[in-house]
Amino acid sequence: MLKLENVWKTFNPGTINEKVALQRLNLEMKEGDFVTVIGGNGAGKSTMLNAIAGVFGVDSGTITIDGVDVTNLPEYKRAKYIGRVFQDPMMGTAATMQIEENLALAARRGKSRTLRSGITKAEREEYIEQLKILDLGLENRMTAKVGLLSGGQRQALTLLMATLQRPKLLLLDEHTAALDPKTAAKVLSATQRIVEKDNLTTMMITHNMRDAIAYGNRLIMMYEGHVIIDVSGEEKKHLTVEQLLNLFSQASGSDEADDKLLLS
Amino acid sequence: MTSFLNALPGAISQGLIWGIMAIGVYITYKLLDISDLTVDGSFCTGGAVCVVLMTAGYNIWVAMLGATLAGLLAGLVTGFFHTKCGIPAILSGILTQLGLWSVNLAIMDMKANMPLNVNNYDLLISLRYLQEVQKGTRPFYQHPVIVVGLVTVVLIAVLYWFFGTELGSSLRATGANGNMARAQGINTSFNKVLGLALANGLVALSGALLCQYNGFAEINMGRGAIVIGLASIIIGEVAFGKLFRNFALKLLAVSLGAIIYYVVIQFVISVFKMNTNYMKLISALIVALFLAIPYWKEQYFRKKGKVKGNA
Repeated sequence: MLKLENVWKTFNPGTINEKVALQRLNLEMKEGDFVTVIGGNGAGKSTMLNAIAGVFGVDSGTITIDGVDVTNLPEYKRAKYIGRVFQDPMMGTAATMQIEENLALAARRGKSRTLRSGITKAEREEYIEQLKILDLGLENRMTAKVGLLSGGQRQALTLLMATLQRPKLLLLDEHTAALDPKTAAKVLSATQRIVEKDNLTTMMITHNMRDAIAYGNRLIMMYEGHVIIDVSGEEKKHLTVEQLLNLFSQASGSDEADDKLLLS
Repeated sequence: MTSFLNALPGAISQGLIWGIMAIGVYITYKLLDISDLTVDGSFCTGGAVCVVLMTAGYNIWVAMLGATLAGLLAGLVTGFFHTKCGIPAILSGILTQLGLWSVNLAIMDMKANMPLNVNNYDLLISLRYLQEVQKGTRPFYQHPVIVVGLVTVVLIAVLYWFFGTELGSSLRATGANGNMARAQGINTSFNKVLGLALANGLVALSGALLCQYNGFAEINMGRGAIVIGLASIIIGEVAFGKLFRNFALKLLAVSLGAIIYYVVIQFVISVFKMNTNYMKLISALIVALFLAIPYWKEQYFRKKGKVKGNA
């Protein structure tokens, strides 16, 4: 479903701030894969996600989604295939627009925007049903401005928006990191429900190793811009945090795992 | 005071005309979150094109359509500078505005002003018509307040419809949150160009109306237009913000804001016998005052601890 082949990305090349964010990055995801991504700060997790989404171009390598080479497609065109939830709850929704308007915008992802009505009556009814699944009472506040919602509510809404139009690939960039533990757990379980219901191919960055082990069918760890650990199936099911740290020390030849991974 | 009351219908007419320009500014400033300075130039472009087309023998509707299209084109140029050349929006507008100075002169045959004599042409509105309606020699429905008021209502209705469509909603999303818009597959660059074109089309249409009203177009007619536009938006918000929640009403508030602005200026000029050369200074002070009011309000309530946190 997703294929990254020898992807490289350097920020600020030739300057004092030069940073090689991605190097020799190879990754292949099968349809229905739910991959959790971990790694220390600066390991390239978010850069990888943004490169897939097309926020910026890559220096070399190719990115293929469902057989389509998207390497040179602009962000808004790739959106046809990709649903995204950002780390910052403010980023995924338009605060000055109503809940139903945000949903209507998301329902048209990948379609041309015409002079037909921006939202129809039938749609509204569908959105009410969809919002009920989130169990946050948002179905009764359809015309409220999104800016009035809490961070957790906005993330849940963004999640629904990302999946309203079934994406070929769902990208979650530490989407619960900015939330309090209780809300984070709620949004994570909503994520699990939605991913399972539609059997979505999903990539979820997290800095919580327990979440990374608990969710998904495959776990990858990034280090210095590429994947150094890739665990799936039965092996992943029985993985512990300690084993993961050992794996990291072996793979990277470094014992900085404790600080870098646990504290980040 | 009598002179103020006599001048009131004229002030309201002018306010309504500038209100259409202010609605254009509203689209860029409020919906797209861009301070578009193109308007100082495209307002005059509208007036110039209108007068030239009328003089060339076209009827008033063709002239106004031509003026609108010329404004649209000016907006396209700013949009091109911004989205295709990577120039910051505010600077893109300044560049187009400067360029338009020469273009506007060229349109007017290199003359700083061009008359549009109401006796020789069939106009939509004119100061003369206003006087004739007051004297009773013209039917009341040709009063500029009624004609421009009608134009404004029609424009607001069309904009209300447009910003409710899929395309119009995506334009609002572009201004509200570009990241979200792109993630939802919206071509934000295209929408910015579209919004700039639409806004400057309205600005030029307003310029076309003003040149008819005054009976001439002149190279400086748009100077400070952006300030008047911002003033109208802010006055409208301060005066009607609590009352008007619906989008159409918000646009109406902009138009009413422009009327209040012109009535206040007229009041200062007639009652205090202010030299009209001080108009620009008064305008700047009024805008500064209205920009300051929301800020002062916040400061005042913060001290009293009355502001509740907005989530």
